[in-house]
Amino acid sequence: MKVNKAVALDHGLNEEEFSKICELLKRTPNITELAIFSAMWNEHCSYKSSRKHLKKLHTKGKQVIQGPGENAGIIDIGDDEAIVFKIESHNHPSFIEPYQGAATGVGGIMRDVFTMGARPIANLNSIHFGSPQHKKTRNLLRGVVKGIGGYGNCIGVPTIAGQTSFDESYNGNILVNAMTLGLVNKNKIFYSKAAGINKPVIYVGSKTGRDGIHGASMASATFDDKVEEKKPTVQVGDPFTEKLLLEACLELMVDKSIIAIQDMGAAGLTSSSIEMASKGKLGIELDLNKVPCREEKMSPYEIMLSESQERMLIVLEKGKENHAKKIFDKWNLDFAVIGKTTNSKKIELIFDNNKVAEIPIDILVENAPIYDRKWKKTKLPQKLKFNKDELKSLNLSDCLKKILSNPNISEKSWIWDQYDHTVMGDTIQKPGGDAGVVRVHGTTKAVAASVDSSANYCYSHPLTGGKQVVCESWRNLISVGAKPISITNCLNFGNPEKEKNMGEFVECVEGITEASKYLEFPVVSGNVSFYNETKDKSIKPTPTIGGVGLINNYKNMITMDFKKSGNLVYVIGKTEGHLDQSVFAKDVLNEKKGPPPSINLFNEKNIGETILNLIENKLIFSCHDISLGGILTAVSKMCIKGKKGLKINSLKTLINKFEYFFGEDQGRYIIEISKENSQKVNEILNNNSVHFDDLGAIEGKSLTFNDDINLPIEELSNTHTYWLQRYMNN
Amino acid sequence: MKSSVIIFPGSNCDRDMDVALKKFGFKNQMVWHNDNNIPKSDLIVLPGGFSYGDYLRCGSIASKSKIIKPVIEFANSGGLVLGICNGFQILCETGLLPGVLQQNKYLNFICRNVYVKLKNKENKYFKNIKKNILELHIAHNEGNFFCNDDELKTLEDNNQIAVTYCNEKGIEDEKHNPNGAIKNIAGIFNKNKNVLGMMPHPERMIDKYLSGEDGSMFFENLLGNLK
Repeated sequence: MKVNKAVALDHGLNEEEFSKICELLKRTPNITELAIFSAMWNEHCSYKSSRKHLKKLHTKGKQVIQGPGENAGIIDIGDDEAIVFKIESHNHPSFIEPYQGAATGVGGIMRDVFTMGARPIANLNSIHFGSPQHKKTRNLLRGVVKGIGGYGNCIGVPTIAGQTSFDESYNGNILVNAMTLGLVNKNKIFYSKAAGINKPVIYVGSKTGRDGIHGASMASATFDDKVEEKKPTVQVGDPFTEKLLLEACLELMVDKSIIAIQDMGAAGLTSSSIEMASKGKLGIELDLNKVPCREEKMSPYEIMLSESQERMLIVLEKGKENHAKKIFDKWNLDFAVIGKTTNSKKIELIFDNNKVAEIPIDILVENAPIYDRKWKKTKLPQKLKFNKDELKSLNLSDCLKKILSNPNISEKSWIWDQYDHTVMGDTIQKPGGDAGVVRVHGTTKAVAASVDSSANYCYSHPLTGGKQVVCESWRNLISVGAKPISITNCLNFGNPEKEKNMGEFVECVEGITEASKYLEFPVVSGNVSFYNETKDKSIKPTPTIGGVGLINNYKNMITMDFKKSGNLVYVIGKTEGHLDQSVFAKDVLNEKKGPPPSINLFNEKNIGETILNLIENKLIFSCHDISLGGILTAVSKMCIKGKKGLKINSLKTLINKFEYFFGEDQGRYIIEISKENSQKVNEILNNNSVHFDDLGAIEGKSLTFNDDINLPIEELSNTHTYWLQRYMNN
Repeated sequence: MKSSVIIFPGSNCDRDMDVALKKFGFKNQMVWHNDNNIPKSDLIVLPGGFSYGDYLRCGSIASKSKIIKPVIEFANSGGLVLGICNGFQILCETGLLPGVLQQNKYLNFICRNVYVKLKNKENKYFKNIKKNILELHIAHNEGNFFCNDDELKTLEDNNQIAVTYCNEKGIEDEKHNPNGAIKNIAGIFNKNKNVLGMMPHPERMIDKYLSGEDGSMFFENLLGNLK
């Protein structure tokens, strides 16, 4: 096939990019070479629109061993142990084919983690669907959940936490973000940087088929009416093979046979081989006839672009081939020496004894286009004035029940019951809490992890929203008694070629950076997913933050269920009654305008650290951060989980009770303490200048407040628990 | 007491079982599916997971693997063989236990705590356990036990039903049957009660920070009975 401009456009490159390629090569590329450029220069692999802004992220910290730029980030948790973690999107494929899209999303992120020598110990996911009324939502949700479960359950890694939301902006573009944490000895980490010349390049895992060709370019474009035609670009997962690959790789990693290792993810063999060579400033030569293929007569073009799953590329020490082969034979996996490292600084591909591609690697990597796209700032919306008379006519109990059964608030056990969350025998906080917690096997330590996003806040004001998500993640970790260490981010946005969408991206990143710097909560890994747009309608900006924290002694972990009758319940942090953008405003008042609650990073940090101090002093029985739905929603969940009632005191505040109970002011927590310790607790809070309200006491089996609320816990529980189950059974 | 846990490609509860057995005093060793022999053992465990990806039918490929021959010989000579979850499915496929495990009635994977009733304590596994109802954990997609009427009658006549799903008070009804298993069956014995297959995972309930502690009782008791 002759390569010209039209062919280049078909491959997702624009005219300018195609001329640049011809100029750099000093000739027109052949079709295989063009394919390699299209794979390396698409948005998904090159970060060409985001790179400029991602550089601003705060990525350094005392505990950071590896920041962004590798397969995953790594943090030190002491005693030579480290946690490898990352979050990644698989949005486009999951919309086209929900089961396989979600399954391979989970498979891909786990490979990123075990590539580095870590055994995966926990999975999380953040999934976002269109309106529950939309005709596709139910099937997409069912398929995604089954796909995540089907893959993670089979591998035997517990899925310990997650987040699910519904919003009509996802009607045409659902989001599936998968996160994995792995445990590694900090002296036995494996990287993707090749070193040394004439070292054998090894292909292991599944055979290469024609699936997933152009997957990465598909993820770099918007959808239109012909989305169904893209089905063949979705990869098909085989968790069984991945389990074998995991065990085989970890077995080979016991000694020092491996120089570099990289999984074949987006853009398959192309990006893995080029990345390894590029990082090592080497060349690489591959004989494509040696690549194990599943189908007959695959062309170099197809072999290089295939995104068949469960494959790895390894640069091995010379002479270790037999040793390595034995291990992969034991696990019944393909093993082939397909090439070698060279000093040419080029990628050279051989097929049927002909050289079918020859490209200098720096052209592909360092000369990849970087765009400084135009973007527009979002103004902070005017604060709304709520009609006090309208509020007075409302019934507090009815409002609470409406909020508790809201699709975005209601319990999601229909989902997590389908995920194996207890395999590996170390899950000490299951899904449904503020964060999932797994023990570091055989030690007293435990790792907490949470995934969060707040698309409504980000849509209303991206800068505040970006900050808020980081703070929310920080709070969720603190609520279980973990010291927050670091985050990974999955930045889901619309079309970067549109100023509004690009502006949302830039300002969310700014917000994330500001908060993570202030809280010393650095970003160590992540990915960007642009073009979440169908027929010109883009999603709300949805940066997802995966936070990781450490509990030194797992016996001190905190859960949110109310523990003991007679104990006191405090609201920590000041309640100003911010209703704009709240669930109450949207769901009860049908009011979607206004600014999100503001973030005060000083308070956030001070309050968080004070809560940790109280937990370390064993003064807290249960804790839960106050987020969507405000105070009343938070305490209701604590009542339901603990099967205990709460008697709320009369309010000593000047603001309206609806504002007090449903406001979504930030930086707040609910804590349970004993009466005997109250003086001690008050002292610590006062010494740290932390505002608190004595909300009430745990009592009986009902949630009560003056004459306004008298709701039996069972009723609260029924309201909160069954929305999703009923929805899915319809 | 010595135990052996068999690892098939795709097993994923092998380590959890190893941890549990060792915690309660077994000298455990791991045995690879492709081996011909099993080291001298007082107990052989087929762990949970997805042996051979559960392709073809859960447990069916594993039931033809090399190591199964000595497992069957061991069982036939009266040795204790315990199959948990995928292990139970394998035992049914080998013919050591009757019946099959079909996909769950509501077609979803289920991971949660359940109550089970011990139906027969006259055996090495449950003898001396004081409680009649245990809280254990299930995590499976194919736990819907089924057998034909004749097989069911034989199971009942020989007291081969080991555990059934129930509520905390021991009521075995449809509501507390998570997967549609016939007669709420969660686990069964062979005729001689030396082979036990069950869906619940006692190895996931071995300390109070996990889902619960009733699994501890199972292992402690088993070790005591073997001494």
